[in-house]
Amino acid sequence: MSTVSEPSSHAPGRGKTVGLFVTCLVDMFRPSVGFAAVKLLEDAGCRVVVPDVQTCCGQPAYNSGDRGDARAVARQVIAAFEGFDHVVVPSGSCGGMIAHHFPGLFDDDRPMRQRAEALAARTHELMSFLVDVLGVRRVAARCDATVTYHDSCSGLRELGIKAQPRTLLAGVAGLKLAEMTNPEVCCGFGGTFCVKYPDISNAMLIDKTADIAGTGADTLLAGDLGCLMNMAGKLQREGKAVRVRHAAEVLAGMGDLPAIGEPERTEAPVSDRARPRAHRRTSAGS
Amino acid sequence: MSGREQILGTIRRSLKRDALSGAAREAAEARLRQHPVNIVPARAAGTPDERLRTFEHWATFNHATVARVAAAEVPQAVADYLTSNNLPARAVMAPDPALDRYDWGGRPLLELRRGLPLDADRVAITGALAGIAETGTLVLASGPAHPTSIHLLPETHVAVLREADVVGPMEEVFDRLRARYGEGVMPRTVCTVTGPSRTGDIEQQLELGAHGPRRLHILLVGD
Amino acid sequence: MQSTAHAFKANVGHALVDDNLQQSLAILKVGFSERRRQAAERLPEFEALRDRARDIKNHALAHLDFYLEAFEAKVTALGGHVHWAPTAADARAAVLDICRRAGARTVTKSKSMIAEEIALNDHLEAHGIEPVETDLGEYIIQLRREPPSHIIAPAVHLTKDQVADTFLEHHRKLGFDKRLTERNDLVAEARQVLRRRFLEADVGITGANFLVAETGSSMLVTNEGNADLTNTLPRVHVVIASIEKVIPTLEDAATLLRVLARSATGQESASYTTFNTGPRRPDDPDGPAEYHVVLLDNGRSSVLGTQMQDMLRCIRCGACMNHCPVYGAIGGHAYGWVYPGPIGAVLTPQLVGVEEAGNLPNASTFCGRCESVCPVRIPLPKLMRHWREREFERHLTPASVRQGLALWAFLARRPQLYRRATGIANRMLALFGRADGRYGWLPLARGWTRHRDFPAPQAGGTFHAQWKARGGARR
Repeated sequence: MSTVSEPSSHAPGRGKTVGLFVTCLVDMFRPSVGFAAVKLLEDAGCRVVVPDVQTCCGQPAYNSGDRGDARAVARQVIAAFEGFDHVVVPSGSCGGMIAHHFPGLFDDDRPMRQRAEALAARTHELMSFLVDVLGVRRVAARCDATVTYHDSCSGLRELGIKAQPRTLLAGVAGLKLAEMTNPEVCCGFGGTFCVKYPDISNAMLIDKTADIAGTGADTLLAGDLGCLMNMAGKLQREGKAVRVRHAAEVLAGMGDLPAIGEPERTEAPVSDRARPRAHRRTSAGS
Repeated sequence: MSGREQILGTIRRSLKRDALSGAAREAAEARLRQHPVNIVPARAAGTPDERLRTFEHWATFNHATVARVAAAEVPQAVADYLTSNNLPARAVMAPDPALDRYDWGGRPLLELRRGLPLDADRVAITGALAGIAETGTLVLASGPAHPTSIHLLPETHVAVLREADVVGPMEEVFDRLRARYGEGVMPRTVCTVTGPSRTGDIEQQLELGAHGPRRLHILLVGD
Repeated sequence: MQSTAHAFKANVGHALVDDNLQQSLAILKVGFSERRRQAAERLPEFEALRDRARDIKNHALAHLDFYLEAFEAKVTALGGHVHWAPTAADARAAVLDICRRAGARTVTKSKSMIAEEIALNDHLEAHGIEPVETDLGEYIIQLRREPPSHIIAPAVHLTKDQVADTFLEHHRKLGFDKRLTERNDLVAEARQVLRRRFLEADVGITGANFLVAETGSSMLVTNEGNADLTNTLPRVHVVIASIEKVIPTLEDAATLLRVLARSATGQESASYTTFNTGPRRPDDPDGPAEYHVVLLDNGRSSVLGTQMQDMLRCIRCGACMNHCPVYGAIGGHAYGWVYPGPIGAVLTPQLVGVEEAGNLPNASTFCGRCESVCPVRIPLPKLMRHWREREFERHLTPASVRQGLALWAFLARRPQLYRRATGIANRMLALFGRADGRYGWLPLARGWTRHRDFPAPQAGGTFHAQWKARGGARR
């Protein structure tokens, strides 16, 4: 067991260089999730590198049947992320794409397949990396909220992410967890699904937001920005007063940022508000 | 080309081989001959006493009722069951010689007819080839002693099952069938019956007595 | 049955506003999955049994010709008849021929998806033979002239009140003129009506859950007991089964049975699991004099050895649809053909063509819940993705999707250009959405904003821009 509050000689990630795969949605819509990941990794002692040559994991093509473009993007990702001790992704969906699906894209290309397998073996979703690889059980953060946690599908079923976020959230001061009846049922996002079949997506989403509201939680957390944007958009459209955040933000002590879909309070870049504060314990909301 | 040749030919083309031959064929033939057991749940194991308790537990779980009685008490237990369920003391009984060991004549008020069931019969009494402890299941094999329709048409089925015939898993039933009928030989029907007939087809709510018996009562008979 | 899979989107539109359907689906979404979960928990060996079940079916498929021939030899030795039907038309013709030779006027049927697949009832009716469905759910939808909406619960889309209306309409002429309100009364009335049909039928037609090569047995699993009455009372018993139903031994059947009922309804075992082997024996007091097995291929043999072979492991338990949030939203009829839900999304393009049924494998979030509960571990999302790939290869993917993908791929493969594009998009979105933090409407995103707001990006630019500005380690 180790508690991560500041880098120290006991930090479990000390000496490890981690390549951060930011994901396209985090890059574009919610950079704070990326900075939260950086903070959590640095607090654990890792050196974080963000390769320039990254765009997307290739899922839009892969899930649309466009194998050729998916392979092209996968080659790019594989080349960009070789040589790190680990690759960490703040998304079970993109993490699952790299760790679960990349090798199968190269069934007919043995050298590429081996490189894809090597990358897959080193690639982890953020929270499972902290818990399963580094052995982190506790982060120093505070968040006075009753939260409910949605298990995003790919993380849950492709990567086995279920206990890890709950383990870490249990250590956040002031945080109470109120589980949904069906936290494992899809929210209806599904990438392009939600715009190709908007009405089915909406029906699934209505079930999900009802389940969320039924918990009485004031905050919804998950580990995938796509699902979070989907659920946040619906909760807001329905006028339900539930704030929606990526779990990494709360774990990194950034639970005071405006929630997804809330107006900004400042024009300052998130990175200014999210720099690792190396010499003091993180405590958001204080 | 016959349908048979067409289907088998396409299968072989798809599997990129000719008809099985050599070692592959022998392996498949051996599998049929040796019928290896796969995974048997631990719950099916246990001493004979444990098996009886397991049988009773799962039969009851699956909405059958079970009464443990001595051989001498069987006719009385049947009569009592019928009375307590407001059923007529009248039944069609399977022409099963194994049922002859019970002293039905000692219960003159119980009106029994041996043979095929009629639509009007409300109660059937049968023996059973075996009971499966793992799921609380009765095994009923068709033959001169047991018309298949007898455990289907009447609303109430009372089955007389000897304790010695309660086996652990379904696989032991297959052993018994092979011992009785021969390797690879089965009677026309082997019905495994777990609780009474039921349906969930209206609003997914359980209703008993869809087409077969509404009640299944099992007399578990000690020796 | 005539496919309406091409009209999937319109079907969905109707399904989502059908109050009776939505009321029924609300029950389905919680009931089946909870019962399956409990059943799996009660059996510690359940996961290992699923592995074994998968292996048995894989082995059977790899030796399919051998086991079919072994099965046939057993049936024939007992005086039964095996009819090989490469196509649906062949199977229909074989069944009709058997019925005609038996001089049949009515046939009872126990629920068979293969009969639905080959549209057997329509064929028999067109030739003057009355088919009577005896599974309660199948009977209800037969009266309503509807297709099944679920492979194990065909009338799951209907409410009790709808059933009551249907019975009153159709049973009045039989002397049942009271509209019933209780479920048990409805079941009892159907029992009475169908009992007469059982007793007068000339031929009984059943499906088969498995065919056992070792013994030549066809196996049937039901809760109502209707299959047993169907295979016992008439003079002729016809089994219709597709070729991939054959498995090697009774022991293999035992393993598959352990996962079947638990996955389907969460039962420890169905009420009736029956091994039927040949016609009535000389000293049998009852049972059919004739026994026929019609083996249907209908394209399955050519699926062997392809990427799609895994679909042939299916044992038709329905767990994938019980756990599918898309099925739970739209029900089975929207899929437009015989097999709904995730397995339908995989089978239907195979059986009616991907041009007809292309929407089905696309209408999935790939949430993976189906695969996680499949008793024979069919990788359903992977198979749906294969269909999407076939569509893409054959340029069946809609032009708008292809163009969007082409633009995305162009940028995604050029990181510098991609950075510039996302930077511009981020700034524009941020400018317009800053005040509210979200958009109620966005151009090109109507599919999204029709039902939900779209969150605005955070201030300060993209992650990569900020990381660069901050001087973070790059490569």
